[in-house]
Amino acid sequence: MKRRTFTRLALAAAVAAIGLGSSALHAQQKTVKIGVLHSLSGTMAISETVLKDMVLMAVEEINAKGGVLGHRIEPVVVDPASNWPLFAEKARQLLTQDKVAVVFGCWTSVSRKSVLPVFEELNGLLFYPVQYEGEEISRNVFYTGAAPNQQAIPAVEYLMSKEGGSVRRFVLLGTDYVYPRTTNKILRAFLKSKGIPESDIMEEYTPFGHTDYQTIIARIKKFASEGKKTAIISTINGDSNVPFYRELAAQGVKATDVPSVAFSVGEEELRGVDTKPLVGHLAAWNYFMSLKNPENDAWKKRWAEYTKAKKLPYASKPLTNDPMEATYIGVYMWKQAVEKAKSFEVDKVRPAVYGQTFKAPSGFTIKMDEKNHHLHKPVFIGEVRADGQFNVVWKSAGPIKAQPWSPFIPGNEKRKDEPALMAEKK
Amino acid sequence: MRAFLLAFLVVAVPARALDEGAVHRLVFGDADERSQAIAALVAEGDPRAATLLRALAEGEVATAGRRILLVKGETVADALTGEALASPPEAREEVVANNRLRREIEAALAALQLVSPARDARLAAARALAGGADETLRPLVRRALAEETDPEVRALLELAAASLELRGGDRQARLSAIRTLGASASPQARTLLAALLETRSDGGFAEPDPEVRAAAQAALRAVEARLAWGEFAGLAFAGLSLGSILLLAALGLAITYGVMGVINMAHGEMIMVGAYATYVVQSLFRAHAPEAFGAYLAFAVPAAFAAAALLGMALERGVIRRLYGRPLETLLATWGLSLILMQAVRTLFGAQNVQVEAPAWLAGGVELFAGVVLPWNRIAIVAFAAAVLGGTWLLLARTRLGLFVRGVTQNRDMAACLGVPTARVDTLAFGLGSGIAGLAGCALTQIGNVGPDLGQAYIVDSFMVVVFGGVGQLAGTVVAALALGFVNKLLEAWSGAVIAKIAVLVFVIFFIQRRPQGLFALKGRAAQG
Repeated sequence: MKRRTFTRLALAAAVAAIGLGSSALHAQQKTVKIGVLHSLSGTMAISETVLKDMVLMAVEEINAKGGVLGHRIEPVVVDPASNWPLFAEKARQLLTQDKVAVVFGCWTSVSRKSVLPVFEELNGLLFYPVQYEGEEISRNVFYTGAAPNQQAIPAVEYLMSKEGGSVRRFVLLGTDYVYPRTTNKILRAFLKSKGIPESDIMEEYTPFGHTDYQTIIARIKKFASEGKKTAIISTINGDSNVPFYRELAAQGVKATDVPSVAFSVGEEELRGVDTKPLVGHLAAWNYFMSLKNPENDAWKKRWAEYTKAKKLPYASKPLTNDPMEATYIGVYMWKQAVEKAKSFEVDKVRPAVYGQTFKAPSGFTIKMDEKNHHLHKPVFIGEVRADGQFNVVWKSAGPIKAQPWSPFIPGNEKRKDEPALMAEKK
Repeated sequence: MRAFLLAFLVVAVPARALDEGAVHRLVFGDADERSQAIAALVAEGDPRAATLLRALAEGEVATAGRRILLVKGETVADALTGEALASPPEAREEVVANNRLRREIEAALAALQLVSPARDARLAAARALAGGADETLRPLVRRALAEETDPEVRALLELAAASLELRGGDRQARLSAIRTLGASASPQARTLLAALLETRSDGGFAEPDPEVRAAAQAALRAVEARLAWGEFAGLAFAGLSLGSILLLAALGLAITYGVMGVINMAHGEMIMVGAYATYVVQSLFRAHAPEAFGAYLAFAVPAAFAAAALLGMALERGVIRRLYGRPLETLLATWGLSLILMQAVRTLFGAQNVQVEAPAWLAGGVELFAGVVLPWNRIAIVAFAAAVLGGTWLLLARTRLGLFVRGVTQNRDMAACLGVPTARVDTLAFGLGSGIAGLAGCALTQIGNVGPDLGQAYIVDSFMVVVFGGVGQLAGTVVAALALGFVNKLLEAWSGAVIAKIAVLVFVIFFIQRRPQGLFALKGRAAQG
C-alpha cells in the first residue's frame, strides 16, 4: 500500500514537473495515450523503424500546437521484433494495460492478420500504413496504404504499355507469406484477362530473410531468354531485398533488358545499396521522395530537422518514403476525426474518420472513403536513379478509389464495399 | 539578304550547332517524337549528338524554360552549342529518361560505336545490338561485319545481322540466318529463334513458312542443348558456393562440437561477431583511409578471427569450462550466452542491419558462358573457404597444438597422464573454433545482411552439416557441407527455395535416423572418445 502511494506521488510529481517545464498553459493538460506497434528489430526492422519515428514526429508536431482536444498525446512504443505472434501479444498489452486510444502499426500482412482478432475483440482502432493485398475490411482498421488496384495493377498495366516496354512475360517473385501470394493470385487473374497465357508466367517464393538468390536469378535469366519481353514483379519484403538486388547486379541483369518492378522497395530499403547497377528498375507507390510540390518540400524539411534534433541514426541522410507518408496521413486523420467527434472513444471516432481529407505530401488532397476504410490515393511509378531516388515516369490523373475486394478474385463481386457488422460475423 | 547570308553560313559551317528542332523534340516531345529525334540526331553523325544522348541516358540533361542544359557535376553547359555557362540558371528541371528511351539511346549509341577503332567500344556496341538490331541499322551492321576482324565482336555482329535477316530477309536469307543462330550458344539466339515459333494473336505463326519454322525448331533445340551445359555449370557453381559457405560456418563447430563435445549454441553469434568486426574495420577504413578502401578485407580477416577467437576463449574460461561433461547445462548456458551476445550487439550497434560495402574488385563477375555469370564475390568465398580449410587441416595435422587437440579428443585422461595440458588445449581449441566462425562471418558480409540475428540463420545449418558429416571428423564436415550445398541448389532449381529448404531438413532427419553416426564415423577405440 505504502509503495503504491509513493508511486502515485512520484508520478504526480513527474507530471507536475513536465507541466512546469512547459508553459503555464499546459500545466493542467491531460494526456491521451497512443500505441506504436512496429518491429524495431529482426528482418522487418529495415522498413519499420522509420515508421515509428514518423509517428513520433507527427505527435510532436501536434503536441507543439496544443495537442488534440486539449490533451497532450503520449506515445507508447513497443517492439514486436518481426515476430508475428508477438504482435498480437503487444497489441493486447497496448489495448488492455496501456489503454491506448489508437494504435499505429504493422507492416507485413501476416502481422496485421495476427493482431486483427485482438483489435476486433477489444474494439481497438488500428491505422495500418502499408500497401497490401486487400481482401479485408475490418471496422477496427483504417488502411492508409494502397490496395492492389492502387499499386500492383497500374504497375503491371504500365509494363504492358509501349512506354513500359510492351512486356508480355512475367516473373512473379515474392517472399512466402500472405501478401505476395494474394497479390500474385490477383495479378495472375489480371494477366489472364489481358491474354497472357499461363506458360508466360513464372511464380517463385523465398522464405523470410532469404539471402541466396543465385539460382533464382539464373532461372529468371533463362526464362527471359525464351522469347518475348520479360519483367520481374517483386513482392520481396524486408532485408532479403538487399541480396536480391546485389545478385541482380552481380549477374548483369539490366533494367533495359529485364526490368523489375517492386511493391515493397522504396527509398529506405535502397539506403546503403549500391544503386548504380540498378538504374531503371521500377517501383510503384503512392508517394516518392523526389516529388516536387510545396507540401512535400516542407514535410521533407521537417523530417530532416526532426532526425537531426533527435540524433536519429539516419540524420546524415534523411529519407522519406510512401509508408512514412501513409503513417503521417494516418496520425493526422485520427487527430482530425477526434476533433470532429469531440471524443477519444473508438465508436465515436470511427464514423468521424469517414470522409476526412488531408493535404498530403504527395501533392494531392487525400480523402478517406466514406465506407470502405481505405484512402483514395494517386499512383506513381518511378525508376531507380543512380542516387537511390526515383524518377517518376508515370502517374495517375488523380486519386483512385481503393478496391479492397479485388474484382480479379472470384466470389468478390458479391462482397460489400464496407466492413461487415460484428453481429453478422458471429 | 539576311536569309541568304544565314543559309550561306549554315552551308559553310555545317556542324556549327546541333539540329535544334531535333534536340527540342528529344527533350520536350512525347515518347514517339523522342524516338524519332534520336534517329535524326544519330543520322547527323555529330559527336556532340552522342554526348547529348549519353548525358540524357545518365540523367545529366536539364531544362531552364526552353533552354536545354548539360549538367555534369558543377559545370553546366548549353546542350546545343556545348559552351560552358559562367552563370547557370538556378531553377533547373531534370529531363527524365525512362527505360524505353534509354534502350533506344543505347542502340543508337551502339550504332555510332560499331566502327570505332577501340575494340572494347565495338564489343560493347555489338553486344547491345546482338539481341535484335533496328531495321535502319542494316547497312551499318553489314559494313561493320565486312570490316571486323576480332572473332568475339564478329560472332556478336553475326547475331545482329541474323536478327535483321530473320525479320526482313527472303526465305533463303532467313534459312541461312537460322543456321548462323543455330551454331551459336548465346541466350539471344534462343530469344530470336523462339520468337519465330510464337503464335500470333490471330492464330497464325510469326514465321509463315513451315520449312523455315522446322529449321528454326531444330536450331532452337541445338542452341538449347548447348545452353543447358552453361546452365548446369551455373547451378553447379551455385551449389559449390553454398557448400563453401556452409563449410565455413560449420568448420568451427566441427572443432568445438566434434572434437571437444561442447554443444555450443552461441556458435552463430561467433559468426555474427566476425561480421561486425569486419563492419568496424570497414568503417574505420572509410573514415580514415578512403583511398585504401579496396584493401580493407586484408585487415578485416585477421580482425574477425581475433575478435571471435578472443571472445570464444573468454567464454570457455568463464563459463563452458565449468560445465564439461554436462551437455544439457552446456546447451542451456551457451544458448543464454547467445541471447546476451545478440542483445549486446543490439545495444552497441543498433537493432537494424549495418551496411558492409564490398570493395570494388569484388563487384561484377566473370562470364563463363554466354549468359552464365559467376560473381567475383562468390568465387572469392569459395577460394577463401578452401584456404581456411587448408589452414585448419595443417594446424591440426602438422603442429604440436594439433597433435594435442587430437590426443585430447581421442582420450582425454590418457593425454593428461602423458603430460598434455588439457585445460589449455581446450581453451585454445575453443578459440580456434570460434575464430574460424569469425572468418565465416567476415566472408558472409560480402553476400548477405549483417544484423544482430545473422548467426541465427546459420546455427541450424551448421549443426546439420556437422551431424550429417559425422561428429569428430573434418573430412566428414567437408563432404557434408558440399553435398548439402549441391542438393539444396538442385532442389531449389527444381522445386523452389521454400520446398528445397524443407526437403533438405527432412532428408537429414531420415538420414540421421538410419545412420546416427553420420556419413563418416570414427572407428575402433578412438570412437569411445
